[in-house]
Amino acid sequence: MKMRRWITRFVVAGTALGAAAGPAFGERGSDGDLKILYWQAVSIMNPYLSSGTKDMHAASMVIEPLARFDETGNIVPTLVSEIPSLENGGISEDLTTITWRILPDLRWSDGTDFTAEDVVFTWQYCTAPDGGCAQRSQFTDVAAVEAVDPLTVRVTFSVPKPYPFGPFVGMSSPIIQKAQFESCVGARAPECTEANFGPHGTGPFKVRELRANDVVLFDANQYYRDPAKPAFATATLKGGGDATSAARAVLESGEFDYGWNLMIEPEVLATMEQAGRGTLVSSFGSLVERIVINWTNPDPALGSLRSTREGGEHPFLSDPAVRRALSMAIDRDLLVDIGFGEAGQATCNIVPAPEINRSTGNDDWCLTADIEGANALLDEAGWVPGPDGIRAKDGVRLSMLYQTSTNSVRQSMQAIIKDMWSAIGVDAELRDVSSSVFFGGDPGSPDTFQKFFADVEMYANNFDGTDAESYLAEWTCALIPSPETGWRGQNIPRYCNPEYDALVAKLGETAEEQPRAEIVKQLNDMLTADGAHIPLVHRGDLSGHVNTLAGVRMNSWDSQLWNVADWYRTE
Amino acid sequence: MTDGTPGAANSAAPILSRGSGSSFLGDVWRNFCRHRGGVIGLAVLLTIVALVVLGPYFYTVEVGQPNYRARNQGPSWDFPLGTDNLGRDLLAQLLTGGRTTLAVGISAMLLSLVIGTLVGVFSGYWRRLDGPLMRLTDLFLALPILPLLLVAVMLFRDTLRTAFGPETGVFILLVTVIGVTSWMHTARIVRGDVLALKRRDFITAAQAGGTRETTIVLQHLLPNVVSSIMVSATLGIATAIITESALSFLGLGFPSDYPTWGRLLFDGVNFIQITPTRVLWPGLAISLVVLSVNYVGDAIRDALDPRALGR
Repeated sequence: MKMRRWITRFVVAGTALGAAAGPAFGERGSDGDLKILYWQAVSIMNPYLSSGTKDMHAASMVIEPLARFDETGNIVPTLVSEIPSLENGGISEDLTTITWRILPDLRWSDGTDFTAEDVVFTWQYCTAPDGGCAQRSQFTDVAAVEAVDPLTVRVTFSVPKPYPFGPFVGMSSPIIQKAQFESCVGARAPECTEANFGPHGTGPFKVRELRANDVVLFDANQYYRDPAKPAFATATLKGGGDATSAARAVLESGEFDYGWNLMIEPEVLATMEQAGRGTLVSSFGSLVERIVINWTNPDPALGSLRSTREGGEHPFLSDPAVRRALSMAIDRDLLVDIGFGEAGQATCNIVPAPEINRSTGNDDWCLTADIEGANALLDEAGWVPGPDGIRAKDGVRLSMLYQTSTNSVRQSMQAIIKDMWSAIGVDAELRDVSSSVFFGGDPGSPDTFQKFFADVEMYANNFDGTDAESYLAEWTCALIPSPETGWRGQNIPRYCNPEYDALVAKLGETAEEQPRAEIVKQLNDMLTADGAHIPLVHRGDLSGHVNTLAGVRMNSWDSQLWNVADWYRTE
Repeated sequence: MTDGTPGAANSAAPILSRGSGSSFLGDVWRNFCRHRGGVIGLAVLLTIVALVVLGPYFYTVEVGQPNYRARNQGPSWDFPLGTDNLGRDLLAQLLTGGRTTLAVGISAMLLSLVIGTLVGVFSGYWRRLDGPLMRLTDLFLALPILPLLLVAVMLFRDTLRTAFGPETGVFILLVTVIGVTSWMHTARIVRGDVLALKRRDFITAAQAGGTRETTIVLQHLLPNVVSSIMVSATLGIATAIITESALSFLGLGFPSDYPTWGRLLFDGVNFIQITPTRVLWPGLAISLVVLSVNYVGDAIRDALDPRALGR
């Protein structure tokens, strides 16, 4: 028995050696296991049912969009032969249709053919009534998606779309297999656990097993279009822990090859990097750390009307003077210095990039801290300091519940901002909620950022791709989360301004690049000036990989794992 | 007769006071002192309690006040234990945090003691209650405290917060949950003791004499199980402090700017390489309190042992 085991082991070792002897990145599966650490664990592999970044990144290893963004923000073909444009005729002259030509001989991971029907089905899946599709905004204004022939898809918009790269581009709208999801449309979507946990895909890996909120195990996809890739035979995407332990596991001990989102104090990170085992990689996308202001009343006494528009306005955050004063009191440079170091810049924009969209409209009053100005503003609005130094008016005290996710940098920022606010007579009670709960989106939990049972909350968010239209559309009245929508919808501040909605509609009709950028800036300025939120820091994405992993191209415009097929091991 | 009564009273009083007061407590104290670990433990514990209770009156640095020019400092004259990454003074936080931690520990212990003793006496003395109460104890023993606390936080946090304010609300919540989930061992020990005592002659005598059952429990049983209760009390403090620390360590519990030893430890862990003192001092404080309380409990048990008292 023992003998036989030994023999088997030799044989296995021999095969492994044979594989390793080949060229460094010339063979599929020659580099063993790829260990990725996401400290927010993956709960589902279907991005249409989850708005969690971690879920979308994990899914991007398996299911792919027609085209994606590279690290410079350019659109590159994935499942198509070329990017449609006006020049090559892929985009019609009237800007209402875009035609994608799918690569020939594409196979799903179950061996069946990838056809235009799958693309059409993906659109039907996400737009089905009662489906609660989390990426619905990607398909705004799509009138029809048709399969012209098995390898050609035409998307028709109901209005001219100057930027038609919403549907099927980027990590939030990958193609899912019709055969697998056919019976999961509409209200039945969340019930198809097997499909949602292990979708068939065209990507370099396929799911072997998903243990929700723990680990995802992948095998290389034998039907992947490039026979030499991926270099890794298997991949393990482990979830859980926190940013610090993730940073340690990659930079100091080298237990994991890649660690995502290592947001910890810059001085701590610098100490870890000195161990010399790993490297930090960063890139600036559109990620902005912001404080979101609740325009509705989160009073627990309201019961089911808490933090809904029906529950009424917020007792004091409905006052524009208070919202502006809160922003003016914050010294953003100090926040960058303490919390982010190299990976952050002070900002007053919610759309900080790309360059053409960057506004300076609010920088004069917002970018530098102005305690006196903020105090004067509050005095003028009738908020008078009480005996304890906290301002009040008509019995309403400026005392807020300020929540965020559990993360040492965020807790430091909370403490600093609380201190800054105390200088203008505003009191803050701090609360931190475990990241997996806060961003988990579980409609049963009272602590999710969508429910927003607090006065202000802090987190970071970005938009994928380089076009901010669908992102800015998140602040329209229709997308306010409420119990009716299962708290889905990204208009977290519950901001509702008809003027804003009209301008978003206008953006959808504007074709040329420059006027579009102007409208984006206007919308961005409107949000900051009205105080839907307080932008704090334009954050770079910061991840780390061990020095023996090569091929990582850190991407802020798409999934960080967008080119995982090209990753390989070096010695 | 008029002469004799005062005399008798006079002569009886000193004997009484020597017999049941000074002598008993004196014996206990003498036995306690024989336990060296217990004496050292008591000294350490009293020092820590004194520091924590009186310290903030003498060391009047404002707790939690950031000082951005003095971040990540080592110990110095201005900051005796150094500062954290926002320049907050560690000593001030440690002293204030200790108050919360000890208060949670002692209150939770008292609560669990009351529940544990009640359940233990009831199930030990009244046979009919024994089965149901002990199964209840088993049930609680099987309850995992962390998930339970998560649920409790979800259900009661907002209600308690509006009723008592954030700090008091969490305090009540923590004390209740820790108390409610840690009485089982006390209950089992007390039940065992009561079961053994119940068959002793003096109880039978009291029952035969027609003494009411409540009186038997209060006057005959409880004084005899007090030594076990004392021991589980001291151990209970230690458990409660550790649980509170664990919860703060997990980010549950008090607001993040409200220092407790567990929270200080939690915040300091990231900085263990840069400012090791941030982890060292709160960690040391927790360990010292738990250790000394355990030794004191040990010594009290030895001191209250009737055989040791007889010597």
